[in-house]
Amino acid sequence: MNLKFSYKLSLYLTAFVLTVSLLGCDLDETQEVVTLSNLVWEDNFDVDGAPDASKWAFEIGDGTAQGIPGWGNNELQYYTDRPENVSVENGVLKITARQESFEGSGYTSARLITKGLFQQKYGRFEARVKLPTGQGLWPAFWLLGDDSNGDIWPQIGEIDVMEYLGDEPTQIFGTIHGPQYSGGESISKEYVLDADRFDTGFHIFGIEWTPNVINFYVDDKLYQTLKPADVEEETNGEGEWVFDDREFYMILNMAVGGNLPGPPNADTMFPQTMYVDYVRVYN
Amino acid sequence: MKQLNQIQAKVFCLLSLISMAFLGCERDIPSDAPAATFPNIAEVFTDAPVNLTDEFFISFDPAGGANVNGFDTDNNEAYQGSTSIRIDVPAANDPDGGFIGGIFRDRGAGRDLTGYDALTFWAKGSTTGTIGTVGFGTDFQEGKYPVSRDNVQLTTGWKKYVVPIPNASKLVQEKGMFLFAAGGVDVLGDGPNGNEIGWTFWLDEIRFEKLGTNLAVSTEILNGNNSVVQAFIGSNIQINGIGQTVNLANGENVDINFAPGYFDFFNSNPSVATVSEAGLVSVVGSSGTTLITAILNNVQATGSLEITSNGLFPSAPVPTRDEANVVSLFSDAYNNVPVRHYNGFFEPFQTTQGGAGSDPNNVDIQGTLPDGSLDNIINYTQLNFVSIGTYETVQLVDASSATHLHIDINVRETLDPSDFIRLELESGTFAGPTANGSFILNSAALGNVNADGWASLDIPLSSFSGSVDFGNLGQLFFISDATISDIWVDNVYYYNE
Repeated sequence: MNLKFSYKLSLYLTAFVLTVSLLGCDLDETQEVVTLSNLVWEDNFDVDGAPDASKWAFEIGDGTAQGIPGWGNNELQYYTDRPENVSVENGVLKITARQESFEGSGYTSARLITKGLFQQKYGRFEARVKLPTGQGLWPAFWLLGDDSNGDIWPQIGEIDVMEYLGDEPTQIFGTIHGPQYSGGESISKEYVLDADRFDTGFHIFGIEWTPNVINFYVDDKLYQTLKPADVEEETNGEGEWVFDDREFYMILNMAVGGNLPGPPNADTMFPQTMYVDYVRVYN
Repeated sequence: MKQLNQIQAKVFCLLSLISMAFLGCERDIPSDAPAATFPNIAEVFTDAPVNLTDEFFISFDPAGGANVNGFDTDNNEAYQGSTSIRIDVPAANDPDGGFIGGIFRDRGAGRDLTGYDALTFWAKGSTTGTIGTVGFGTDFQEGKYPVSRDNVQLTTGWKKYVVPIPNASKLVQEKGMFLFAAGGVDVLGDGPNGNEIGWTFWLDEIRFEKLGTNLAVSTEILNGNNSVVQAFIGSNIQINGIGQTVNLANGENVDINFAPGYFDFFNSNPSVATVSEAGLVSVVGSSGTTLITAILNNVQATGSLEITSNGLFPSAPVPTRDEANVVSLFSDAYNNVPVRHYNGFFEPFQTTQGGAGSDPNNVDIQGTLPDGSLDNIINYTQLNFVSIGTYETVQLVDASSATHLHIDINVRETLDPSDFIRLELESGTFAGPTANGSFILNSAALGNVNADGWASLDIPLSSFSGSVDFGNLGQLFFISDATISDIWVDNVYYYNE
């Protein structure tokens, strides 16, 4: 990452180690979070206006046209490409969920994908994001396997680099879905921030994906490593590791409502925006 | 054991200091920051009170209904350690007081709480009762920074509760460590009517913490309204209606109330009005408009106050008659006789507003006399009829030695030729046979005003019709039949000349 950050971090770590050693507690070994550093794709959202059409496409609607009304999860939003829902401003991508009556839905939002524009197998995928606040909001940075050979989900695989529920502002979760471990049966782990929350500042959400390994990290913390053996264990040998088969593309979206978060409540204030500082891919 | 505790405490403090010294490299401390003067002890109660006054619990005033019997510690209940605070909330009809509440105060000169962002505590109830108010910052002295959270419903198991600190930078020397107030449980759900029953709750691990997870989602002054007012020099307007909604780490929104002192107030034109740290706005300029807004943690609160100065208050002429010859119902120049009311609010026919209560120093308008003293004015609005009553609960007025009735009236609207106010005296009210007499102030009389709009009226009592007993006056009516709806009234007195 950058030198300034590392310097501050090392100061902090030194202080922390000293403090902890005085208090006599254990501290985990310093971990190596990322190894891939050859930048192959990025969007820093430096040009105001609509997102760069050479990098991002939109999925529009409520999922009906795609054959999955409610996007397969009974979600409540209608995705648009209007500037009210998606725009680049002051160096950040803004995906904004609004409460409004639109095309039969009660909410609008946006969903951006790199399908057909950028997709690859393996790599380090990361985004720096500030998340929204409130029950019923469900933003995510995730990857789906290419389905051009006719395979369907969950055979194509899904890697959720970051999912977040607006009523749990201190935690995110990283998840994989595949055959025999999809939806509610997916393999997942949450990461909880200490003395901070995800909707008050930017945080880096990433995976480093290599043959037979997917590492999940937040900022400088590696919190989950998944391998074929984990799939085997979690599914009693029924599941299949589908992450060495094909290219994946990236998705940024903010859903409203749906099976996982439940609907917004009276405390949820609209509009709510997910801010993305950058998305980068390294080999 | 006590000694051991002290040693442990010392060791703990030493460790904390060392830890903080090392962690200190993370913080940006301005070079001109003054050295912290007061201790930053976080704990309020663990297994015992921590650095609180010897009395520990300081109750609200029993004269106000607070029950002082229900406060104790409990060695059989604790969230952590061995001991908790046990509070037996009385029934609403308990003869020793129908609620329990009070504060804990720092035993020293106060604590530096600037490093924390919340008061937290654990609590459980004998039932799922509601603590009416919890908070801190009230010290029964001059506590400038109270914060409270209302209607905290407990569970029957231990649960942690958070009272966010709106702006800890203000808390450099805080003595008010904890506050609670609780009443009985409304089992029948029929509202507060005195049949609420007693219950018990326990508190433990009360401390200030740096959570890092509070997010203010809305902040307001004046209940979020953009108020526009006109006021005279000397008027004071308190910024109130203050609240904030804070989203906690568990996603829950909690509402807190707090003192205006947590804000930094901004004033677009200080030559029109000043605003104190405590949010008291005082009009000082003879003209112009200013906008008062409030900032908390770099965010502007919803709500504002726009004040336009109307200049000097147009007081009625100050009476000069000798008090010995005067029987006054309403004047700042004289001692007034006790009155039952300045507005009887007689339903259903009376529409008149204003003049509520019987305190001549707390009526509708508090202007400023040229000498700087308070000028109380009655402002009757929606006038059809109204009376100043001196009967039933107070003595009838004896004006038998008076020759005249004086009234200053300032009609706050355009007068039409047919407008009138009929003054009517009633004697004997609630004390035997009554008699009435009236005198009509016509449009010309009411329009004969000075530069400030006041008609100063001196009416011979002999001009009143009927046969009123001036020694037993019970009511003085102002009757306009809605021809005039908005008037100021001052200096209502009988006198002998």
